[in-house]
Amino acid sequence: MGATKLLRFLAGRSVKAVVVIIAIIVFQFLLIRLAPGDPASVIAGQSGAADPLFMQQLREQFGLDRPLHEQLLIYLRDMLSLDLGFSHRQQQPVAQLIFERLPATLLLTGTAFLFAVSVGVALGVMAARRVGRAADSVITVLALTFYATPIFWVGLLLVLVFSVWLEWLPSFGMHTVGAELGGLARALDVAKHLVLPALTLGLFFLAIYARLARASMLEVADQDFVRTARAKGVPEGRIVRAHILRNALLPVITFAGIQAGQLVGGSILVETVFAWPGIGRLAFDALLARDYATLLGVFFCTAVMVVLFNLVTDLLYAVVDPRVEVA
Amino acid sequence: MITEATLDRRTLLAGAAAAPVLMTAAEALAQGREPRRGGILNSIITPEPPLLVLGVNNQGPTLIVASKIYQGLLTVSPKLEPEPVLARSWARSEDGLTYTFSLERGVKWHDGRDFTAEDVIFSIMKFHMEVNPRARAILQRIDKAEAPDAHTVRFTLKAPFEPFLLIFDVTGCAIVPKHIYDGTDYRNNPANATPIGTGPFRLAEWQRGNFIRLVRNDAYWKPGQPYLDGITWRIVPDSQSRALALQTGQVQMTTSNDIEPFDVPRFQAQPNLEVRQDGWELFAPLSWIEINNRLDNLKDPRFRRAIAHAVDRNFIAQRLWFGVGKPATSPIASATRFHDPSVQMPAFNPREAIAILDGMGLRPNAQGIRASFKMMQLPYGEVWNRLSEYLRQALRQVGLEVTLESTDVAGWVRRLANWEFETTINFVYQWGDPTLGVERTYVTSNIQKVAFTNTAGYSNPEVDRLFEAARNAAQAEERRRLFSEVQKKLVEDMPLVWLMELSFPTIHDRRLRNVITTGTGVHKSFDDVFFAA
Repeated sequence: MGATKLLRFLAGRSVKAVVVIIAIIVFQFLLIRLAPGDPASVIAGQSGAADPLFMQQLREQFGLDRPLHEQLLIYLRDMLSLDLGFSHRQQQPVAQLIFERLPATLLLTGTAFLFAVSVGVALGVMAARRVGRAADSVITVLALTFYATPIFWVGLLLVLVFSVWLEWLPSFGMHTVGAELGGLARALDVAKHLVLPALTLGLFFLAIYARLARASMLEVADQDFVRTARAKGVPEGRIVRAHILRNALLPVITFAGIQAGQLVGGSILVETVFAWPGIGRLAFDALLARDYATLLGVFFCTAVMVVLFNLVTDLLYAVVDPRVEVA
Repeated sequence: MITEATLDRRTLLAGAAAAPVLMTAAEALAQGREPRRGGILNSIITPEPPLLVLGVNNQGPTLIVASKIYQGLLTVSPKLEPEPVLARSWARSEDGLTYTFSLERGVKWHDGRDFTAEDVIFSIMKFHMEVNPRARAILQRIDKAEAPDAHTVRFTLKAPFEPFLLIFDVTGCAIVPKHIYDGTDYRNNPANATPIGTGPFRLAEWQRGNFIRLVRNDAYWKPGQPYLDGITWRIVPDSQSRALALQTGQVQMTTSNDIEPFDVPRFQAQPNLEVRQDGWELFAPLSWIEINNRLDNLKDPRFRRAIAHAVDRNFIAQRLWFGVGKPATSPIASATRFHDPSVQMPAFNPREAIAILDGMGLRPNAQGIRASFKMMQLPYGEVWNRLSEYLRQALRQVGLEVTLESTDVAGWVRRLANWEFETTINFVYQWGDPTLGVERTYVTSNIQKVAFTNTAGYSNPEVDRLFEAARNAAQAEERRRLFSEVQKKLVEDMPLVWLMELSFPTIHDRRLRNVITTGTGVHKSFDDVFFAA
C-alpha cells in the first residue's frame, strides 16, 4: 500500500465522514424533537408546581420559543465553530460536561474492551485447538452463559458476591469520596472500583469474541492451504499462528471495530448499576430531561468516534490481510 | 424601637413554640446523649439535582441538598406551627395585615458578608417573585416590604392571609444573598455554580454524575454547630444499588424515593437502621386517579363514585406501598391544616359500584364489559406501574375495562398539561394548608393548560365560592368551617378518586440523631444532626 494511495484514501473518507456527521446531527436534532414534551415540561413535572409565566420563562431561557428551523440553523452554525452549546438545565457548557465524563467512560469501556478482546480471543483459540474435548465444552458453555445473561443481572450478582458477602470490592462509584488520595494510592483506589463494572461489561463481549474466534478458527483450519502447510511439514505452532489465526482474525477485527466505535457511548446499563459517572448515563439523563444540547453533544462525539474507528478498522484489515485493498 | 413594642402575644407564643426543640436538646443532655461533634454523613441523592440554587430550581433533590446551604426565615413543626430559623421571632398585627420579623444577628453569608434585612427584602420581593411560581402566588399578596433597621423586616399585606407564614420555610422561600444576585439575570448568573447561603454547610465539591460534597461552615451563626464535619451525597441511579449501599453501610441515610417501598420491610428488620415515615407533614403528598371531567362517562359523578367503590385503598397502601403512607379519606390530607376526619370517601364495595353502574344504564356486554377508558401510567417507577395494573384488575371486576398507556416524564407532563388524557395517576404536595396546595386542583379559575393546575377540568361554583371565602377569611376558625364544607362537597362530587396519603421513608443509621424534628423532615438544615458514639 503506497503512501499516496493511503493519503487519497484518507482524504476521500474524511469528506464522506463530514457529510455523514452533518447528516447525523440534523437527523438527531429532528428526531429528539419528535418526542413529546420539552425541558420545560420535565422541570415542571419534577418541581410539582408551575404557572404559565414560569413555563414561558423556561422556554425563553432554553431558546424553545423560536421556530424549529431557526433553532436548527443556530445549532449548525455553532457546531461549525465546534461549539457544542450550553446545557441550560445543568448550567454548564456541553463540551465541559462531556469532557468531565469522557475519561470515566473511556477508562471503563477501554478496560472492558482490552479484557474482552485478549481473553476472549485466547479462549476461542484454546477451544478451537481442543475442539470436542472438555476444555472446549467448558469454554463454550461459559461463553454461552455470559452471552445470554442480562448484563445488569451479572452486575448485581458480582456486587452481591464481591461487595456484600466477601467485602473485597466497592459496589459503586469511581473512587472513594473525600479520601484525598494522591498518586499510586489514588490509581489503586480507582482500579478497585473499576474491577466489577469492567468485568460486568467485559464478560458479555468476551463471550462474543470467544465464540467468534473459535468458529472462525475451525473454519479456516479446514481449508486447503492449511493442509498444504501441514503436508509441507510446517511446525504446528506456526501453522496456528501464521496460517490459521491470521486469517481467522478478520471477523474478530470487524467486531472489535464495531465495539471500539461504541467506546465513547459507553454502556448505560453498567454505568447505571455501578453509579459510574460516565457519558452513557449523561446521555440517558439528558434524554429523560429532554436536555437537547447535551444529548446532541454526546451523539456528536459518538458519531465522530464511530466514523473514526471504521476508518481504523479498514486500515487494520489491509495490514492483517494484504489481499484487502483500501479504496 | 417600634418593632419591639409591637411584639405581642404572638411573639410569646412563637417563643413557646420554639421551646420543645430546646427541651429535646436538654433531654438529650440529661440522658447523657449530648451532641458529639465530628463525622461525615454519607447519603444518596437521586436523581441528580441540575443546580443547587433554591428558587431558581425547586425540584425534590435540589430541596434536600440545598436546604443545608440556604436557610429560610422560619420552618414548621410537625403540627405545622412556625418555628424560628433566620427570624428569631415574629409578630402579626391584630388586623392580620402586618407581619414583623426580628432577624438573627451575627449571621454571615458563606463569602463572609453580613446577612441583613436587605437580603430578606430582596429575596422575597424580587428574587422569588420572579423565579419561583409557588412563592410568587403567595408573595404577590404583599403590598409593602420595609426594613426599619438592619435586623427587622416588616411586610404589609393587601388583605389578611391566614396561612402567610407557611411560605417562609427554606423549601418555599429561601433567603439568597442580595450582593450576588441583585441586578443580574438570576437564572443564568455564573454564581449559580457556587451557591452562597447562610446555612451550616458549604458546597465543597460537585463531580457531576458522581457526588456532591458539603463541608461544615466554620463561621456558622449558631455557636458550636453544626456537629457533622460534612455531608456527602452520592448519585446512585439504580434502585437496587442504592438498597445495597444502605445495607452494606456505605451510606448512612436514604431519603425520598431512594428506596422502593417493596424494599422497606427488609430494612425495618435490620437492627442498626431506623425507618421513619414522618417529616412530610408540610408537603403531605396526596395521590389520586386524575379524571378528565370533560369526557363522556367520566363527567358523570355517579360513574366516578362507582370507580371509588371499586378500588380497595387499603390494599394499595398495604400490598403495593407496604404500609409506607396510608389510605386517603378526603381531598385534604390528614397532616394538612383543616383536614376534616368526619368526611369519609366511599368505602370499598364492588357490589355498590355495580349497582351504581346498573343504575346508570351501563349493562355488561357479552364479555362482561360495561364501559372502557384509558389510563396513562405515572412514569415514576415500578410501584406506580403496579398501581395502574392493580386498578385495571380492580375495575375489571365491576365491568370497567381500562387500557393502560405508558409515557416518560416529559411526555406525561405534556399530555397532562394539554388535557390529552382520559385518566391518569397524579400526586401533588399540599403545602400545609388547603389554600396553598389543595385549592389549585379544584377551582374553575385554575383550569389551565399547565401541569398541576385544575387539569381535570372540574368546575363547581359552590366549591369555587367556598375556596375563595376560605382564602380571604382572616380567622382560622372561619376557615375551618369553610374547608369542612368544601371537603363534603368534593367527596360528593368526586372529581378525582383520591387514593393515598403518600409518605417517603427516611432510613438512617441508628447512631445518627435528630434527623427528623420538623414538619419538613430531611429538608431542614441538619445543623443539629450528629452521630452518637
